[in-house]
Amino acid sequence: MENYIIEMLNITKEFPGIVANDDITLRLKKGEIHALLGENGAGKSTLMSVLFGLYQPEKGEIRMNGQPVKINNPNDANALGIGMVHQHFKLVEIFTVLENIILGVEPNKMGFLQKQEARDKVVALSEKYGLKVDPDSLIEDITVGMQQRVEILKMLYRDNEILIFDEPTAVLTPQEIKELLQIMKGFAAEGKSILFITHKLNEIMEVADRCSVLRKGKYIGTVEVQETTKEELSRMMVGRDISFSVDKEDRNPGDVVLSVRDVTVASKTHKNNSVKGVSFDVRAGEIVCLAGIDGNGQTEFVHALTGLEKLVSGSISLCGKDITKASIRERSTSGMSHIPEDRHKHGLVLDYSLEENLVLQRYWQPQFQNKGFIKFDEMRKYAEKLIEKFDIRSGQGPVTPARSMSGGNQQKAIIAREIDKDHELLVAVQPTRGLDVGAIEYIHKQLIERRDAGKAVLLVSLELEEVMNVSDRILVMYEGEIVGELDPKSTTVQELGLYMSGAKRDTPKEIKNAG
Amino acid sequence: MRDNNNSPINQKINIKKITNLPGFSSFTSALMAIVLGLIFGFFVMLAAAPANAVAGFRYVLMGGLGRIGDVFYFATPILMTGLAVGFAFKMGLFNIGASGQYTMGMFFALYVGFMWDLPGAMQWIAAIIAGMVGGMLWGLIPGIFKALMNVNEVITSIMFNYIGMYLVDMLIQGNSVMYISTKTRTNYLPSTVQIPSLGIPGSNVNLGIIFAIIFGVILYIVLQKTTFGYELKATGFNKYAAEYAGMKGKTNIIITMAIAGGLAGLGGAFAILAPSAIAGSSMTYEPVNIIAANGFNGIAVALLGSAHPIGTIFSALFISYIQRGGTLASLVGYKPEIIDIVIAVIIYFSAFAMIMNHAAASFVKKRLGKVDKAADTFALQEDDPNNSEKGAE
Repeated sequence: MENYIIEMLNITKEFPGIVANDDITLRLKKGEIHALLGENGAGKSTLMSVLFGLYQPEKGEIRMNGQPVKINNPNDANALGIGMVHQHFKLVEIFTVLENIILGVEPNKMGFLQKQEARDKVVALSEKYGLKVDPDSLIEDITVGMQQRVEILKMLYRDNEILIFDEPTAVLTPQEIKELLQIMKGFAAEGKSILFITHKLNEIMEVADRCSVLRKGKYIGTVEVQETTKEELSRMMVGRDISFSVDKEDRNPGDVVLSVRDVTVASKTHKNNSVKGVSFDVRAGEIVCLAGIDGNGQTEFVHALTGLEKLVSGSISLCGKDITKASIRERSTSGMSHIPEDRHKHGLVLDYSLEENLVLQRYWQPQFQNKGFIKFDEMRKYAEKLIEKFDIRSGQGPVTPARSMSGGNQQKAIIAREIDKDHELLVAVQPTRGLDVGAIEYIHKQLIERRDAGKAVLLVSLELEEVMNVSDRILVMYEGEIVGELDPKSTTVQELGLYMSGAKRDTPKEIKNAG
Repeated sequence: MRDNNNSPINQKINIKKITNLPGFSSFTSALMAIVLGLIFGFFVMLAAAPANAVAGFRYVLMGGLGRIGDVFYFATPILMTGLAVGFAFKMGLFNIGASGQYTMGMFFALYVGFMWDLPGAMQWIAAIIAGMVGGMLWGLIPGIFKALMNVNEVITSIMFNYIGMYLVDMLIQGNSVMYISTKTRTNYLPSTVQIPSLGIPGSNVNLGIIFAIIFGVILYIVLQKTTFGYELKATGFNKYAAEYAGMKGKTNIIITMAIAGGLAGLGGAFAILAPSAIAGSSMTYEPVNIIAANGFNGIAVALLGSAHPIGTIFSALFISYIQRGGTLASLVGYKPEIIDIVIAVIIYFSAFAMIMNHAAASFVKKRLGKVDKAADTFALQEDDPNNSEKGAE
């Protein structure tokens, strides 16, 4: 018998109307990096929640070192040495790094906090594993990468032996990803066992020893990473072949559609401006990508561009028309479509049905209303048309509550709505965030189709692969400024990463020349 | 086995249709609130005076039946304030100022009733419209504060309850036509200003209830069928998405608050313009610095009706019904406050029931759902239709 530290045997977990985990078996060897791969809704998170004690399975058992264990809550999991870095960090923003690490296991004497003891342990751990953090910085002041190190230190501080990483690389720069993967390898070499949840096949190929694949709540199989290929993994995950290279022909861009000049936007959180004098053009028939690490002013810039926030200074024109001060509705009717960054906050009214969401940008048009009364039959017809054309899948068709749809189909609904509306410029902000390869492939196709139809596309993305594959031109944003303009054909991911992290920047003159 | 299953499965599909209706869980939650509230109310009565509890509780439950006219009469103002609270709530605004709007509406109606001289029915119609305008004004101001300066509408509308009440009391006391200082109340309105009675003997029920129900239905249509309703609900559900879609949030806030105020103002007008059963008299207002309770009752009505206009009609009627019964319980020695406690408990449970409704509705659904898989446990599903039918009664 092999040395399995954790065995999850025949786990079945049902929710009303859905079997999230159907007879899933996962075996984790001591000292290995085990990747868990699957589309959204495949049941990865549910399975990890079962392991972490957040859910109780209907069937199946968990064994540790061959002994059955019962994990009723996260405290039990912690006591068994299971730790988890969640996708959305569980940190107290206004506490220091040290305070966050000891939160819940504070060393104390008679109720008085013994910080020095804790600090020594944290410093020792951070030196040992090369997790550089300042124990006294506030969480809100440090970068996302550092916040993640704090989460990792939390697990180490609790002497966890089984480490779960839930999509840890989504928020990191290429350099940071490299460091993280190195650190993970270090843990494994030391005998810690790692469960690594990810969508990214490259990372699996790089660090994982074995990979288990889930699809639609079912266990598909476990493979030795050395004996497999990316293509095979994606086929196991999606159930069909996926093309990784984005097929697109070269196009000659046409007239300028969007022209942005010296746009400056104030920050809501600090006194500095979050966007400082940004200028660029987007032409018809090209995809311009605004790349950068999250939090470098892209969100604020897009809000100013789409009218959700006011500019401090600068001007924006769309198809030759000045829209600097135009309302959101005016921008929309002037030809701007916007796939928002946060589909739940801005993109959808989750309590509305799918059809009501599909007309969100055009319910006021004569096609859908007569003297203020909504034409429900027209709305239904239109929704059915879009559902068919864009292959939006949902439980009850047009009347499905948007809330009950999967993330990928919610995004498809938004894309359908924004693309079907008359537009000259499509602003797509992280359109593939949190989606699986099948949906990503679909969305990339749609973006390129828009370009080929002669529309201007401004893509804001944090995903390097997306930036490199989809765009015709890359603008890198760092601390609210555009620090470089790159051609995806002649640049490398490494170079892009240097610009994104602020290590390299062109002077404004060079950028202008390049453009 | 198969044959046996046929009819229950058909039944089950029908029930499923009902349980999947969006209003179903609101309905079950209101029902549950009422049942739990009544049970608790019975215990309160039992504790207060055990010997009379059964007789008293019978009055609470059945007493309203003998006074249907009064049930409708007293339902009128709370229905209007309920609609006022519920309508604003659909947009995510908590209009706690229905009292002030109600009082302003009443004052405007009184003013037109006393000071204007219009021919025949014009008089009471003009007074009703004036009431609406008065309420609108009092809803509009917090709406403008909210829209333009982002001042929380809860705070402004609470303040406007007091401002409205003191202002009205001052204005009435200073007007010798309207006010009889020796009796500390307003003068009797001329009968031409009173809304025509529906002619049910022993009750003041009048056209007001018909208007109120019509307003409820109109609001339902506005909310469900118009682009304005679409925008309003979208803003209430997710104001960020509404903004993203280019809806004019600020204008909509102001319009919504004005409409809500107008509804509460109508409630005030309907209350003060109601006909009196005693010839030569009328409803009167006592300017004694008390906030109108009907405004706050409107919050309860809206809550029990899940802010749905049609639901609000029924909840106003129900609360009025139980109140009538409650007053009758005093015949066996209960204080009318007991019934206020029972009503308060019902409202209290309706807040709970918002949470429990999911449990209740999904319980029914789950039992039906399980039958899908295990066809031979159809005994269960026969229980379910019965249960929910009982509930529906």
